[in-house]
Amino acid sequence: MTTIESPRSGKIGSGKIAPKYNRSGSSRGNFEMIAWLFMRLSGIVLVVLIFGHLFVNLMVGEGIHAIDFGFVAGKWADPFWQFWDLAMLWLAMLHGTNGVRTIINDYAEKDSTRFWLKMVLYAATLVIIILGTLVIFTFNPCPVVDGVQLPGGFCPAP
Amino acid sequence: MPTKPAGTLYRGREGMWSWVGHRITGVVIFFFLLVHVLDTSLVRVSPEAYTAVIGAYKNPLMALGETGLVAAIIFHAFNGLRVIAIDFWKKGAKYQRQLLWIVLALWLVTFAGFAIRHLSLALGGH
Repeated sequence: MTTIESPRSGKIGSGKIAPKYNRSGSSRGNFEMIAWLFMRLSGIVLVVLIFGHLFVNLMVGEGIHAIDFGFVAGKWADPFWQFWDLAMLWLAMLHGTNGVRTIINDYAEKDSTRFWLKMVLYAATLVIIILGTLVIFTFNPCPVVDGVQLPGGFCPAP
Repeated sequence: MPTKPAGTLYRGREGMWSWVGHRITGVVIFFFLLVHVLDTSLVRVSPEAYTAVIGAYKNPLMALGETGLVAAIIFHAFNGLRVIAIDFWKKGAKYQRQLLWIVLALWLVTFAGFAIRHLSLALGGH
């Protein structure tokens, strides 16, 4: 009777090298499948959001010459662009973080290296998502400090 | 003995090199995104701080950098749609090579359009 070796037993003949799996398995349910699906779904949405962002900010009118504080203030006066940029921020950060997480998992072989690189990544992601969200929602197009309007503000005529 | 197992998608040639390109462009875009959120956050500091930093971006070297970044974004976007087609369309894996050539053709057209418009605005004066 022929015994069929497990693919990871390292005993398979015919010149093939069976990979020896050194990582400890973890039971994370179907997290990886959800992450895989998220990359595809968020990817489709991001193509629309980012192409729209680039077109409106760089291709229309004066393009990059028009970008200054007033340009951002004018966009975020409209809830449509607030929501657009918020969705773009969250989806792009989560999509990018999961991509870099995959790359760390692929190339960092030591358990502790992998762990710490991912901790740095998650900390950076958390800071950027919270900061960006606060900026979009607490943005003031007409900032006033000590009763004086800051120069360059986007203020309605008094 | 077969030199190459059948049914490989990510080993060698178009399948592998597009995967390499997808990883590299992805990392580049991610690090830009971190910086881009930080520079945009300056609108919360003061109008002058934001306009000053954006003004510093408006030079020919940065215009080339932006053009390179958008080249990376367009490739990552179209190749990402190709990956989705490979995973979800039943003939996707069979036509993955042809799909890559479509991606590269679309990339060339879209990038040429962007580069001509953006560089003539950025380098052509005001």
